Amino acid sequence: MGMTMTEKILARGAGRESVRPGDLVLAKVDFAMGHDLTIPPAGKIMREQMGAEKIWDPDRVAVTQDHFQPAKDAASATLGRLTREFSHDMGIKWYFEVGQGGICHTVLPEHGLVLPGELVVGADSHSCTYGALNNFATGIGSTDLACVLALGELWFRVPETLKFVYRNRLKEWVEAKDLILYVIGQIGVDGARSKAMEHTGEALRHIDMEARLTMTNMAIEAGAKNGIMEFDDITREYLDGRAKRPYTPVSSDADAEYEKVFEFDAEKVELGVAKPMSPDNYAPLSEVAGTKLDQVFIGSCTNSRITDLRRAAAVLENHKVAPGVRLIITPSSHQVAIQAEREGLIRTFLAAGAAWTTATCGACLGGHMGVLGEGEVCLSTTNRNFPGRMGHPKALVYLSNPAVAAASAVAGVITHPSEVLARMPAGLA
Amino acid sequence: MTLPKVVRGRAWKFADNIDTDQIIPAKYAIYSLDEKELGKHAMEGVPGRDTWAQGVTEGDILVGGSNFGCGSSREIAPVAIRGAGISLVIADSFARIFFRNAINMGYPIMQSPQAAEAVEEGDELEIDLEQGIIRNFTKGDEYRAEAFPQFMTDLLKMGGLVPWVRKRLEERRRKSSATSG
Repeated sequence: MGMTMTEKILARGAGRESVRPGDLVLAKVDFAMGHDLTIPPAGKIMREQMGAEKIWDPDRVAVTQDHFQPAKDAASATLGRLTREFSHDMGIKWYFEVGQGGICHTVLPEHGLVLPGELVVGADSHSCTYGALNNFATGIGSTDLACVLALGELWFRVPETLKFVYRNRLKEWVEAKDLILYVIGQIGVDGARSKAMEHTGEALRHIDMEARLTMTNMAIEAGAKNGIMEFDDITREYLDGRAKRPYTPVSSDADAEYEKVFEFDAEKVELGVAKPMSPDNYAPLSEVAGTKLDQVFIGSCTNSRITDLRRAAAVLENHKVAPGVRLIITPSSHQVAIQAEREGLIRTFLAAGAAWTTATCGACLGGHMGVLGEGEVCLSTTNRNFPGRMGHPKALVYLSNPAVAAASAVAGVITHPSEVLARMPAGLA
Repeated sequence: MTLPKVVRGRAWKFADNIDTDQIIPAKYAIYSLDEKELGKHAMEGVPGRDTWAQGVTEGDILVGGSNFGCGSSREIAPVAIRGAGISLVIADSFARIFFRNAINMGYPIMQSPQAAEAVEEGDELEIDLEQGIIRNFTKGDEYRAEAFPQFMTDLLKMGGLVPWVRKRLEERRRKSSATSG
């Protein structure tokens, strides 16, 4: 019997010929990540409780200062300091200081630190993002991370794999975000609970690596253990000149066993949103168009890479944010910010009246720089809209792609981007 | 810290898909290293439960629906629930990271669709952890919990991943001193 990509990576990590879904394995980890909220407890558990003095391999660990940094208050400054000190004491090679890294899930791929065929863990639920690069990547807790840091290995239950086949191509305006919101809407927030989501099909061959990362990023929103994609020319081109280690791509066997195969016609997927208060509350854009907004947020590990910002800027060019609405744009990394500056995108954002921030998780998790108050309505390019995610439990959050977010900021209500582009630019009216 | 054999307490009932932002809103992540402080804010993000932690008596039992603890990987979710005084979490099913975090912490959890369906808030429960049996004194009912794979049961019994790693580190040290000696 053949194996899926996920099974092959776990088998290799466990030093076994083969594994089956349901097997519990102890597997070697190729790369690990932690950040300012998860490194302090992991470091404490590793040193004080597990009694380890050093980490297994300082070259295979990345640490970012992204969640509450630049410190939003004195307590966060302490977490930042503990994260910094631990990284220094352990000699962690891939430590990214405030202002030099950004959100972990953008930073690791852009620095070529997570590679095809590898077994990657991150003490953050969206670590499943990296799977677009043909690896097994999953989110873990702080005690898990302490174990990995001390030993370089961790226990895993081999997941069943669900295969998602996307036929045809996405239509104009419809993005990877719309597709994954649609899929989660179909299967539910526990539709892939503890399982692997293997994405494949024609539609993926026509979207770039950043769009693919948006899709695997949201595997966790369906409850999945990991999201994974095949290796192809797009993967190779993305990694050329970036990959920090040699790598070996992995592919699923023709006779691999899937628990279930879902087929979608990508061409039939419409622009859409997830309505409050759950990522699986999908609705076509037409159903919610006209919904009045207080805030629009373009940011997060899901949708704030350079291609996302380009699409937002294309809509915002020569337009102004509507009165009564605030638009907050948070690039997902320092490199993204540098590129946005080079291309003049930041000028477009500022001219439109947007607040442009440093790279941080910020408003996405109700941390800082855009936390919502009671009863406020926000359209956000992020990944989660459970009650209280972005601030007050009674705030309402809609999830969308960046072009829809930009257009809606201009209109003040949820709007199709083509409507804003058809309007006379501000100043010429 | 080893597992108790029997746990008794009053049930607190929660719905399906309770996510980690509701279990412990991210703003309290600044108290990541303070279990008691986290405990004061446990479940605060669940609409209508903003003062829930104040009503918990040490030893009470939390009963959730399906996909309990979905969302973020934050280990402070089970830490906050433990900090609030909850002795055991039962659910129809758990989201995977919450599940592994609890096991890694040596914090008892049980998967029992039967109990999640039948138990009502305030019911008096007694749980036999070894047998995987949940007794409901209020209703005179009994429910079974699903058995975990052996490795997970062993981890829970030994107190979680910390003692397991300590043991493994010691084995490695012994091996390396044996080869160098």
